[in-house]
Amino acid sequence: MTVLELANVSKTFGALKVTDDVTFSVPKGQALGIIGPNGAGKSTLFNLITGNILPDAGTVTLLGRDVTRSPAMERVRMGVGRSFQIPQPFEGLTVFENLLTAAAYGQRKREAEVQDACIAILQDTGLLAKANVLAGALSLLDRKRLELARAMATGPELLLLDEIAGGLTEAECRTLVATIRGLHAQGITIIWIEHVLHALTSVVERLLVLDFGRVIGMGEPEVIMASKDVREIYLGMEV
Amino acid sequence: MIWLDVLVQGILLGGLYALFAAGLSLVFGIMRLVNLAHGDLIVLAAFVILLIVATTGLDPFLAALIAAGWLLQRLVLNRVLGRDILPPLLVTFGLSVALQNGMLEAFSADSRRLRVGALESASIGFGPVTVGTLPLLTFASAVVAIFVLNRIFYTTALGRAFRAVSDDPTTASLMGLNPRSVFAIATGLAMVIVTLAALYLGMRSNFDPSIGPARLLYAFQAVIIGGLGSLWGTLAGGAIIGVAQTLGAQINPEWQILAGHIAFLVVLLIRPRGLFPRAVD
Repeated sequence: MTVLELANVSKTFGALKVTDDVTFSVPKGQALGIIGPNGAGKSTLFNLITGNILPDAGTVTLLGRDVTRSPAMERVRMGVGRSFQIPQPFEGLTVFENLLTAAAYGQRKREAEVQDACIAILQDTGLLAKANVLAGALSLLDRKRLELARAMATGPELLLLDEIAGGLTEAECRTLVATIRGLHAQGITIIWIEHVLHALTSVVERLLVLDFGRVIGMGEPEVIMASKDVREIYLGMEV
Repeated sequence: MIWLDVLVQGILLGGLYALFAAGLSLVFGIMRLVNLAHGDLIVLAAFVILLIVATTGLDPFLAALIAAGWLLQRLVLNRVLGRDILPPLLVTFGLSVALQNGMLEAFSADSRRLRVGALESASIGFGPVTVGTLPLLTFASAVVAIFVLNRIFYTTALGRAFRAVSDDPTTASLMGLNPRSVFAIATGLAMVIVTLAALYLGMRSNFDPSIGPARLLYAFQAVIIGGLGSLWGTLAGGAIIGVAQTLGAQINPEWQILAGHIAFLVVLLIRPRGLFPRAVD
């Protein structure tokens, strides 16, 4: 079963084509990595999937339904969970309240029904000890964990991770990767944008390479990482 | 003993100002919307109470006011909320002018009052201080209203939605929240507080279509003195203005309003962010 399908999706900001005729699909349970240089249109691609921006052309299909014109909150309720590149927790809410709100409204359930699930997510993401801390007071690692935890709380079929390993120490990164691998093992479909390639390739089964808004390569990580085009794009960057 | 009396009367008057301010504080806290028509909405509610109390019971009236708040937000205010703070200011300013003139047309410029019989002059003695029953009720209502609002804010799913949307509407929408409906519910709730404020305004003093902006000013001062985002602070702010006004009036009746404004300026000088600021920005 296909969870997400983009067909000939394009988006232009002024004279800049940030997404250029992008077509790909993600089967259920797969973890897909997206790489590409800064400004390649990776985050825009996520915004098109979540519905924060609408495409100029093409279609977005989620779980067999055309959602090209559906608003963001509807897609959340259908099962798209997202973490942000720059963590954006609700700073005035505690860690637990952040999850509770995401779970209750993301799944359209009463808080009492989602409480246990939220506690389980806190445990999985190593945030249980910080449950009652205001999100605004968290360290960077904990903010990243909260991003992941809150996206999880919306009960996603499809989890979008945007540079969640960036800015973390090696040890912190390992912890987070282990958590993500755990989620993947539960059968959640994942699309992960990441510059920290060793973290990415240790989880994903497929890589998609984006450059100037175009898909220039897609396939198994080893094959993609060995290709000449990709090496050229990442020239100067140790792969 | 007269000064103790002044202090008590002032604090009780502060309860009325806190009621004026609580709805304003709620709306500003959640959507950073400064509703310049807030005072006029209170006066309008007072007129509507005057009209309807005579004809029907209170239940449909309360429902109608919540609906009015919800509609106001959905049809008018949601259209102008955004990054720019100017459009909502202009719209609520326009609304204020329209409300005042509409009320002038409908109810004339005559001064009116909600008659409540013996309650108007009833009082309770506490040792050397005699306290009016109505001011005491006003203050108690303010405390209850703020207590309930706080409970909603910090212990319910709706309150968490209020705070999440206030924090970041875009991210909130990615968590399945609809900021526009949350805003509309908040304004509906604010209208309930507005109605309560109107009830006491109408019972305690005369009102006419032109007094809204001054009520707005007191409400503003109470919110600012208390510190943005703190409802209990708003009650304290109301009490400070109330005490200052009563003290001023004691010295010279002409100084009542002036004393309130001076107290406001003094607090701003010493604590520019108010006494109990909660909001970060």
